[in-house]
Amino acid sequence: MEVKEQDPVTGRETTGHEWNGIKELDTPVPRGILLFLIVTHIWAVAWWFFAPTWPLGTTYTKGLLGIDQRTTVEERVVEGQQARQDWMARIESEPYDQILADENLMQIVRSSGRQLFGDNCAACHGRDARGRANYPDLTDGDWIWGSGPEAIEQTMRVGVNTEHPESRIGQMPAFGRDGMLERDQVRAVAAYVYSLTHPEFSTPENVERIEAGQQVFAETCSACHGETGEGSAEAGAPNLTDNYWLYGGDLDTIIATVHGGRQGHMPTWDERLTNAEIRMLSLYVHDLGNRQP
Amino acid sequence: MIDKLTYSERQSASFILVAVAVVGLLMAAFGNSNQLGVHGVIVMIFAAALLYPVLSAIYAPEPVEDREASYYDDPIKVGIVLAMAWAIFGMFMGVWVAAQLAWPNLAFDAAWSTFGRLRPTHTSGIIFGFGGNALIATSFHVVQRTSRARLAGQVSPWFVLFGYNLFCVLAVSGYFIGVTQSKEYAEAEWYADLWLVVVWVTYFILYLRTLARRKEPHIYVANWYFMAFILVVAMLHIVNNLAIPIAWSSAKSYTIWPGVQDAMVQWWYGHNAVAFFLTAGFLGMLYYYLPVRAQRPIFSYRLSILSFWGIVFFYMWAGSHHLHYTALPHWVQTLGMTFSVMLLVPSWASAGNALLTLNGAWDRVRSDATLRFMMAAAVFYGLSTFEGSFLAIRPVNALSHYTDWTVGHVHAGALGWVALITFGSIYTLVPTLWKRERMYSAALIEWHFWLAIAGTLIYIFAMWNSGIIQGLMWRTYTGENTLAYSFVDSLVAMYPYYIARAFGGLLFLIGAAIGCYNIWMTVKAVPSTVPATPDAPETAAAVPGE
Ligand code: HEC
Ligand code: HEC
Repeated sequence: MEVKEQDPVTGRETTGHEWNGIKELDTPVPRGILLFLIVTHIWAVAWWFFAPTWPLGTTYTKGLLGIDQRTTVEERVVEGQQARQDWMARIESEPYDQILADENLMQIVRSSGRQLFGDNCAACHGRDARGRANYPDLTDGDWIWGSGPEAIEQTMRVGVNTEHPESRIGQMPAFGRDGMLERDQVRAVAAYVYSLTHPEFSTPENVERIEAGQQVFAETCSACHGETGEGSAEAGAPNLTDNYWLYGGDLDTIIATVHGGRQGHMPTWDERLTNAEIRMLSLYVHDLGNRQP
Repeated sequence: MIDKLTYSERQSASFILVAVAVVGLLMAAFGNSNQLGVHGVIVMIFAAALLYPVLSAIYAPEPVEDREASYYDDPIKVGIVLAMAWAIFGMFMGVWVAAQLAWPNLAFDAAWSTFGRLRPTHTSGIIFGFGGNALIATSFHVVQRTSRARLAGQVSPWFVLFGYNLFCVLAVSGYFIGVTQSKEYAEAEWYADLWLVVVWVTYFILYLRTLARRKEPHIYVANWYFMAFILVVAMLHIVNNLAIPIAWSSAKSYTIWPGVQDAMVQWWYGHNAVAFFLTAGFLGMLYYYLPVRAQRPIFSYRLSILSFWGIVFFYMWAGSHHLHYTALPHWVQTLGMTFSVMLLVPSWASAGNALLTLNGAWDRVRSDATLRFMMAAAVFYGLSTFEGSFLAIRPVNALSHYTDWTVGHVHAGALGWVALITFGSIYTLVPTLWKRERMYSAALIEWHFWLAIAGTLIYIFAMWNSGIIQGLMWRTYTGENTLAYSFVDSLVAMYPYYIARAFGGLLFLIGAAIGCYNIWMTVKAVPSTVPATPDAPETAAAVPGE
């Protein structure tokens, strides 16, 4: 069976085997390949000498460099912490006013706070902190729970409507669904709220409905939203007379809000971020609102 | 096809199918309304769908010709059709999940269509559905031709083929309804895994028995690779899937491997799935169809030996490079890294052996897109094995790990190597198998080739860019030693690349669809022909090994 042939193209001999027409040349392994093989092996064996590699029962060869990824990581973490220590400690302990007045420190808050905000808050409030339906804009200078870094810090620590024992509670009752108000009353009070920001809505044909709504508002809503509808940070009830809306200021959305109620959920960060991080973010968010015209 | 079986073979086929249906019934009964129950129903439908044609022809006339005088090609034909069907499904799912990454709303707010569920339908659909069927079909073809012997069984090839597809159906349908072991490329749950063991052992025995019948003194290289593929996949599959179901009536199981050992076993499996499923098996294809198409002898037998044993030995150690900088001890990582680098030379030796085989046939590479498919596959094989060894080096991995670079690397291998060699092999195989003069349209093969190349290049360039940008953004620090970018920032930077990747994948899918049409038309419209050299086993009772 074994018939060796000469291949006309390469001039090599075949091995003499044949399978359904397939033959093989007896070409020796090219020198380059052997050389390359040796190089990779030398490289590998060198690593074995320098780095931890071979298991030996309950231990392993430690390598001449004495490196181990766990200690490397620990060292790097300590180095990083040391490099951040000075300004971190200041952010953690100095009063807010003092930090706000220190332009250099605020520069750090802006650059480092951006990443913290991106990783923890952007999912809800947006990368630019401008919010969207159901999540408040943090740059508009309009605050439900009070302005200033202290109030923001408190909101972050305890959250809104959370399990935290001191959680801020902001419950807008479901007046329509739970039968506290009649259908007509819901529509009337919504029309009144709408007219607060849309004076042109107070046309003669609407006036009756709006006045009926005002009545309802005084009886039912003012406890939380205030006599004039300007809101109360204590109840977490937003100002209804400005153009900043958490859920929406068009008539249909207001009707939906009054009918179904609203209980926004803002998580607590007490256990998830360090003191310094919470303070840095409070300053960062406050600063964003301030930079807004 | 059933007319080629004897009455008693038809009986045993029916018996097996009834037994499978009964198992399905038990699963449906015990699993009642949970996921196992759903799978029981699927098993019953699958078995019934096959039982129907067998029973309808059970009393049909028996074959009169001497079956041993011809190769057993029917299961191969069905395997090719199934492979192409899975290719379209798997690639479509791939384009869909790629598009979801750019436009998340494409999940349409349903549970079954979330990214987490669709992604494994893509990977399993491609690797097991497309790749696996192509491997089974071509291995049946190659082993018969290079042994000059018919497959050593009449029912068992069908059992292997359909049994394997039942596994694929169970795996993929399970992901949609939330069944998963959460092990990458081994997501299918315990009952599907057990079934695959039965199928796979049958496959191995069938392969060995066929080889034992060979009329050639030597075993051809392609068969070494196919054997390594079958044997090692069995080993990997069994060890990685050792698990205990929470109840016989439940689809859920827990692995027996704890913590970091589970991670290590998983990536020993995962990496060797790449090695023995996606590399060894397809090298088997390459070693047969490339020289046949090029009509050239293999460049070097000695190089084949070197690369075969190199690949088989070194791959086994490399899995831990998937776990660099994790809880896995440092020494295991060094081992994985160094063996991955030593693996490079045997890999390149295979790619080089393939390309040098083309010496004297380069004019044909230029004019014949089918051969060009295989040439390009060898080039991509060389590229992606180089990239693999490079990414396995710890400091490089520190940048690339968890980024899209990994995804790009996998697809340089999956699209560039695995899919291209498969298409080249199928275009070579289809006319021979159906005894047609040629493929229906050479122009359509050209179209397929260029769409596939363009799609692959767009895909991997997009992922290189996106991966490296991601990696760099994640490790950039501000002057104050805090991270400069949030994770969301890096996602925003990925967006254009995700669109490009989905587009590249779409081109590849269109190419595969053209391939299906071309195959269909070849079978339907191209005149049949009698092969110049007889295509039949040697029937004289020659003794293996002379
Ligand atoms: C899961 C979504 C979510 C995440 C994450 C989140 N918030 Fe909020 N946040 C809310 C919602 C909803 C409100 C409005 C609560 C309400 O109804 O009063 C809110 C309110 C606030 C307020 C009060 C606004 C006001 O007008 O008084 C501040 C300040 C705030 N968030 C800061 C943050 C910061 C800083 C982070 C990141 C550490 C953060 N939030 C993360 C959902 C979220
Ligand atoms: C128990 C206190 C309480 C009462 C009474 C109450 N509200 Fe509210 N209201 C809230 C709180 C708290 C919110 C903010 C809810 C949130 O942030 O999720 C709110 C939100 C709203 C909003 C949405 C504002 C926006 O920015 O989208 C509207 C509109 C509103 N209330 C109207 C009314 C009207 C009309 C009534 C009377 C029928 C009423 N509320 C009575 C507490 C109250």
